[in-house]
Amino acid sequence: MSVEAPRILPGRVVRSPRGRVALRVERRPFVVGCLLVVLVVLLAIVGIATGDYPLSPREVVETLLGGGDPSSAFIVETLRLPRVVCALLVGGALGLAGAIFQSITRNPLGSPEIVGFTWGSAAGAVLVITVIGSSTGAAVSGGAVLGGVLSAVLVVGLAWRHGIQGYRLVLVGIGIGLVTRAFTEYLLTRARVEDAAQAAVWIAGSLNGRGWEQVRPLALALVVLVPLALTLGRTLRALELGDDAARALGARVDSGRLALIGVAVALTAVATAAAGPIAFVALAAPQVARRITRGSGPGLLPSLLMGALLLEASDCAAQRVWPAQQLPVGIVTGAIGGIYLAWLLASEWRGRRSG
Amino acid sequence: MGLAIALAALALAVFLSLALGARSIPLADVIGDLFHPDGSQDATIVHELRLPRTLLGLGVGAALGLAGALMQALTRNPLADPGLLGVNAGAAAAVVIAVGLFGIGGLTGYVWFAFAGAGAAAVVVYLLAAAGRGGATPVRLALAGTAVTAALLAVTQAVTLLDREAFETWRFWWVGSLAGRDSETLAQVAPFLIAGALLALALARPLNALALGDDAGRALGAHVGRTRVLGGIAITLLCGAATAAAGPIAFIGLAIPHVARAIVGPDQRWVLAYSLVLAPLLLLVADVLGRLVVSPQELQVGVVTAFVGAPLFIALVRRRRIAQL
Repeated sequence: MSVEAPRILPGRVVRSPRGRVALRVERRPFVVGCLLVVLVVLLAIVGIATGDYPLSPREVVETLLGGGDPSSAFIVETLRLPRVVCALLVGGALGLAGAIFQSITRNPLGSPEIVGFTWGSAAGAVLVITVIGSSTGAAVSGGAVLGGVLSAVLVVGLAWRHGIQGYRLVLVGIGIGLVTRAFTEYLLTRARVEDAAQAAVWIAGSLNGRGWEQVRPLALALVVLVPLALTLGRTLRALELGDDAARALGARVDSGRLALIGVAVALTAVATAAAGPIAFVALAAPQVARRITRGSGPGLLPSLLMGALLLEASDCAAQRVWPAQQLPVGIVTGAIGGIYLAWLLASEWRGRRSG
Repeated sequence: MGLAIALAALALAVFLSLALGARSIPLADVIGDLFHPDGSQDATIVHELRLPRTLLGLGVGAALGLAGALMQALTRNPLADPGLLGVNAGAAAAVVIAVGLFGIGGLTGYVWFAFAGAGAAAVVVYLLAAAGRGGATPVRLALAGTAVTAALLAVTQAVTLLDREAFETWRFWWVGSLAGRDSETLAQVAPFLIAGALLALALARPLNALALGDDAGRALGAHVGRTRVLGGIAITLLCGAATAAAGPIAFIGLAIPHVARAIVGPDQRWVLAYSLVLAPLLLLVADVLGRLVVSPQELQVGVVTAFVGAPLFIALVRRRRIAQL
């Protein structure tokens, strides 16, 4: 990372009439954000339009606006729209959670799936699938949320020592993640092969067959969590300056960090409950967003949009590249993650050589 | 003296491993069955099932302990462990690819893939962690290892989800288990384990010099680059062979060198010697525990070591001195 010349804070300040709420808007992140929204919408239309029964983009838009013939309405509203909406919401939630975690741990690799929370969710869900034998969406989702929150409480509790330090959180999380993973794999060996195969697809992270019943609770949760995360963004920005500076700026360091972790864990848990532990979206989205916007702070909103874009693109690829296999989207994001790691490696090395 | 006690404990663990299980055999009978097989059912169990399993546990445990000690010495990093840093996962992913995509059966075939995977993963993780300013701190190394493990896991999942048969074998092998390995498995990996162990032990002296830092090590006459490369080869041999035989097992390589250092101090010659004895002890005890806890079924040894090792790992992390190294 290069050190930029000091300058006066960029961007314009938007104020509410009495000046109670003031928001600084930087130009480049704003433009990038608008572009990302346009891209997400375009990609969503492509995602709805293509498939075994291709529709023209025009038909898709007409149907979405309430027109169109009944058959295309069925295809769009019952089959494809929930899946696309699910991908966007899950991707957005993961991108946001990743941005918060990377900022708190101050490390580009410190995302919820690396820090072990997603394995907690996986353990909960696999326990429901294999031991209780229930494969209904609600029970599995409940298991995932419960497992994720429990493991997060465990990690934060064990990492707590005069407040939370990023590195301790990461390392304790990795330790707990290994245990929950071993537990999950043990459950897989105990289960019947049908249950184990089903659980394995779930662990990979899949959007196959997602309907409105998954989208509704997810959307409700996000309506609460996303604004909460964005308002906490200010604290996050202060925390990036270091604990002492943040305290001097009036931020509550420990409680603020705890609240942020809580929101990020909740985001991860609801996203995992809906689609399984999808790898690398939370890892890659904030980094890509940060490089494109060239923003200075955590960049929560661009990360959210980038996460939605990444996951929807991955899901399109998963469905179209091997239509016969119904490959889980987590496999595609895993491959993207590999490329991302290589890129991170290359760019860090370049950065080192140039100074 | 300490080493003698450790060896005695290891011998006891060997006997327990021969005696205990779904069908427990009295210790006195074990010795009789071992040296004078009389064709009874107990003798068959000891010879055909438990002896190969115990010997494999000795070999795999020693390999993981030595590899962990080597990694911690080479990276001067208290959190280095072949499981944590993705080396075992690299070997495992390469094995799954060899079996699933190329249809290579038999351990002599895929053990080479395991070496390639272990070596490649070790290099990538180290480069990822060491890149950028600040070098390879414990946190960066652990994060890079976990991230690479996650990517490798996705590869493994892709292969196994497409192939139901690979999935069937994978789900038992991936956990890390000594169950159901015959004496042939042991014979096939033994040469690699022995070669790796000898190489590791030969490196003890230059590692002592390197412990003072690269410059001081060079001044003391150690070849820094050569030691690193040879150490990397030893780690690859040990982890690749151990993983090919028993699946990826975490935490042994992390915990044992710390225990060894607590007993004998920082001298690498003693640390390596103790790791060689203590690691198989831990692995065998974990394996026996796994057999007894949910008897007549079994808890795979990889699961037991995770549950035993994680508390130790977290205790290490909570100690300020180590985490700030």
